[in-house]
Amino acid sequence: MTASQALANVVEWMPFILRGFGLNILMSVLAILIGTALGTFLGLGQLSRLRLVGAPSRLATQLFRNAPWLVLLFYCIFLMPYQVNIGGMSIVLPSWLRATIGFSFPVAANFSEIVRGAVNSVPHGQWEAAEALGYSRRATLFRIVLPQCISRMIPPWMNLYALLLTATPLSMIVGVEEALGRTQAAVQAQANSAMLIPMYLALLAMFFFYTWPINRLSRTLEGRFGTK
Amino acid sequence: MIGDIQAFFRDLSTSGINLTIFYDAFDFGRFVTGLGYTLLLIALSGFFSILIGAFGAAVLSLGRGPAAAIIGGYVALFRNTPLIVQMYFFYFAIGSIMPVMRNEIGLAQPLIGGLAWAVISLSLYSGAFNVETFRAGVGAVHRSYEEAALALGYTPRQAFFSVTAPLALRFSFASLANNLVDLTKATTVAYAVGVTELLYVSNQIWSDSLNTIEMMNVILVIYLVLTGLVVFLINRVEAAMRLPGFGAGGAS
Repeated sequence: MTASQALANVVEWMPFILRGFGLNILMSVLAILIGTALGTFLGLGQLSRLRLVGAPSRLATQLFRNAPWLVLLFYCIFLMPYQVNIGGMSIVLPSWLRATIGFSFPVAANFSEIVRGAVNSVPHGQWEAAEALGYSRRATLFRIVLPQCISRMIPPWMNLYALLLTATPLSMIVGVEEALGRTQAAVQAQANSAMLIPMYLALLAMFFFYTWPINRLSRTLEGRFGTK
Repeated sequence: MIGDIQAFFRDLSTSGINLTIFYDAFDFGRFVTGLGYTLLLIALSGFFSILIGAFGAAVLSLGRGPAAAIIGGYVALFRNTPLIVQMYFFYFAIGSIMPVMRNEIGLAQPLIGGLAWAVISLSLYSGAFNVETFRAGVGAVHRSYEEAALALGYTPRQAFFSVTAPLALRFSFASLANNLVDLTKATTVAYAVGVTELLYVSNQIWSDSLNTIEMMNVILVIYLVLTGLVVFLINRVEAAMRLPGFGAGGAS
């Protein structure tokens, strides 16, 4: 088989695989939204002086940060119900949605650490200055410290998104029909082992051209927001 | 003693918590095999990824030529693509053009099996992160050390290997520990190419014994212990290699 033939085959299957890649992007966007929202609460919880809030937040963060993504994914796929009933309405949870929820947990834990790190990176003198000016702890956090943290949190948040996107093909193992699963199906349909390398290279390129600009931009922003 | 433990868990199974691995010899055997493979993956991939990282960082720090460009491209490529796709690429795509051997009973057997491919792709993936880590470590060494070495008559290469690199290694430990924890977690991906590691055997066990929840909790605890162990080991190595006057809280 010539190179041009291989290329023609790859191009022919590309729309099929790109539709799968769309699911990867959808899962990653949903998971980063859920994870960021949850992680904000966990991160602020970690900073709480109330032991009843701080200890569980720290425990959850460490638990979900140190567990393999695949194990958390298995938890959500096997232990979540296939459908939920809310007031007589039954909503079917397709496996890609359950996988998305599975990805949200490690994202939340990682974001929790980003929040905690950013808040701790603000010099302690600012807390003392705010206290001297009569600000309460809450007002200091929300009106002085957190606004400065946002720009510092953006680069690691973007790295986290890139990491999440490259984790989404794991859902293939639990039967979600995303880009990797579709590539495998396409290779089997062509029944030609010479197509294995071009097809998988095309898939790698797809992920690379989506993720690489994100990581580049993150690095540029890090340089701009740098506080050193 | 062992009989008592087995009896305890057999009693426990009647109350709903069915941990077959603690009383069923077959499940116990499978589980230990899986744990062994996971430890093997961590040890081999960790070793090779550190070698790759050290080599890559040395090349990037010493030269600007095509070698540095190749390392830069390797790091960008492996950091920005999914590990599982890399593993599939090696196992299925590259594996399809590898020579096939015949084993003693005449069956086809690939020259490089699932375990070897898993180690190769885990090492390359984690190695790409280690290159960045060690490179950042080199960047953290103040230029004055190198200049002092050059003034004493060291060649740039000697100054790098005898002065900069040993200091850079010590500055890299925190980030290296992070990468090795990520590697420990990533070994579960070897499941996808059929390596009988912990997650794989657990899946077999819960398929046979229908104790999914119990086994999931067991492996979750085991991975938390494993990542804890990795951090502990790195901290021990770091403490053993600590130089007086360097690093935070250097009490020595």
